[in-house]
Amino acid sequence: MNWDIKDIKDWDWRKHPRGGLIRDAGNAKKFKTGGWRSARPLWDEEKCVQCLICHIFCPDCSIKTKDEKMTGIDYDFCKGCGICAYECPHDAITMIDEAEARKKEEAEEGRA
Amino acid sequence: MAVNFKDINKTVALVGTDAVAEAMRQIDPDVVAAYPITPQTAIVETFAQMVADGKVNTNYVPVESEHSAMSAAIGASSAGARVMTATASQGLALMWELLYIASGLRLPIVMPNVNRALSAPINIHCDHGDSMGARDTGWIQLFSENAQEAYDNTLQAMRIAEHKDILLPVMVLLDGFIISHAIDRLDLVDDDVAKKFVGQYKPEDYMLNASQPLCVGAFDGLYGYFFEFKRQQEEAMRNSVKVIQDVGKEYGAVSGRPYDLFESVGLEDAEYVLIALGSAAGTVRSEVECLREQGLPIGMIKLRVFRPFPAKELAAALAGKKAVAVMDRSDTFAGGMGGPVFIELRSALYEEEKRPLLVNYVYGLGGRDLPVQLVNQAATELGEIAKSGQVKQMVNYLGLKE
Ligand code: SF4
Ligand code: SF4
Repeated sequence: MNWDIKDIKDWDWRKHPRGGLIRDAGNAKKFKTGGWRSARPLWDEEKCVQCLICHIFCPDCSIKTKDEKMTGIDYDFCKGCGICAYECPHDAITMIDEAEARKKEEAEEGRA
Repeated sequence: MAVNFKDINKTVALVGTDAVAEAMRQIDPDVVAAYPITPQTAIVETFAQMVADGKVNTNYVPVESEHSAMSAAIGASSAGARVMTATASQGLALMWELLYIASGLRLPIVMPNVNRALSAPINIHCDHGDSMGARDTGWIQLFSENAQEAYDNTLQAMRIAEHKDILLPVMVLLDGFIISHAIDRLDLVDDDVAKKFVGQYKPEDYMLNASQPLCVGAFDGLYGYFFEFKRQQEEAMRNSVKVIQDVGKEYGAVSGRPYDLFESVGLEDAEYVLIALGSAAGTVRSEVECLREQGLPIGMIKLRVFRPFPAKELAAALAGKKAVAVMDRSDTFAGGMGGPVFIELRSALYEEEKRPLLVNYVYGLGGRDLPVQLVNQAATELGEIAKSGQVKQMVNYLGLKE
């Protein structure tokens, strides 16, 4: 089924599929939940040996991979639980304060 | 006690629980998940025997609590199965949060509930406090006067629940012990008639449909559409009035026993009317007919459908009556507002220009008996109210030691 929800915010109450059904698969991707994070994992590619332990342990599928290699962290969904940093055998992931990281980012964006 | 149903064809003598189990056998649901509780136990016990004997194709899930029973029912129904369960009293109370989930997800689960008082003090006998407490959970509620109606309501409930404009769970209510454990004479429709009437369940959306992925029970989000879904539920409840009537008529055509939202005696010339639901309706009817023979202008309404509440239809039926007494087998503890049926009826009549005087009789809590003498007392007082035009006491306790 073609699940077109572009203007869902304006839908009349009658239009929604009853009972909150979602007639579509994999739509959790569209609902970004990374905003809950208060700590942020930082990945150091230099130290990483591509063991993918972080990928196995991340409870949120937020370790991005491509061709069986870790490629980074998906901040759209990462909750900042720190499990990846704790499990990484090579200290390739460190946790930093999310608020401070954001402040820094905003400042940098402002400069750019 | 399990009954051998093999040789039973039309007229049978069964306790109410076995009458319900017979309806369940004819429906042959895909899944039944249930937990025993007095006085419902005999329903699922008899049905479990039917499963063991291969009389049905049902997957029977013996769970460890009613909370799990309703959870399993919700899961199975979401998957696309036709699902039933049964409970009573504390069991219904333990299902509470799931009752809202079943209706919120619009799952057509059918559940007989054998009405029993809620603790404390512990009491296993009949009153309507359990299901009346669940009146705002979004379930359709059908009350039964006897085993015949419990059986008939169960068959009809499946059709009502699964109707494409409704898709709401339905509770079939029967009075604990009075109906559930007393042997009653009733007629069962033939299996093929019952099966044809109930029909096959073809869900539009179900989780085991591989060609249409489906997400059931998603988080509605902080800025979601919860409000819209609740409004849809209310709409389905409103639509169900006509569906309940249509299904009742259709059932009448195949069984000879038509059903409506309520049933009445003597409304055409009655000046005052008693309203009751459940098994008490039989006692009230017998007394009302007796008083009518003596020439008194009395009538009665037996309410079958409590959710949706047939407000318009009741207001129309009671138009021009001088006085109405509502019999409630539960209390709301609202502080002098009376029982649930009384509160609803009072609200339903508010718009009427000529409202009848209203009086409430709360009776039978915890299984306290309702002999005809008490109905006579209420009828006599109601007659006096109609004559004097005055209600001395709005909420009364009938049969209370005072
Ligand atoms: S656990 Fe550490 S070393 Fe292993 S892939 Fe992840 S970041 Fe790299
Ligand atoms: S912090 Fe937690 S959620 Fe985020 S990538 Fe690491 S393990 Fe996954």
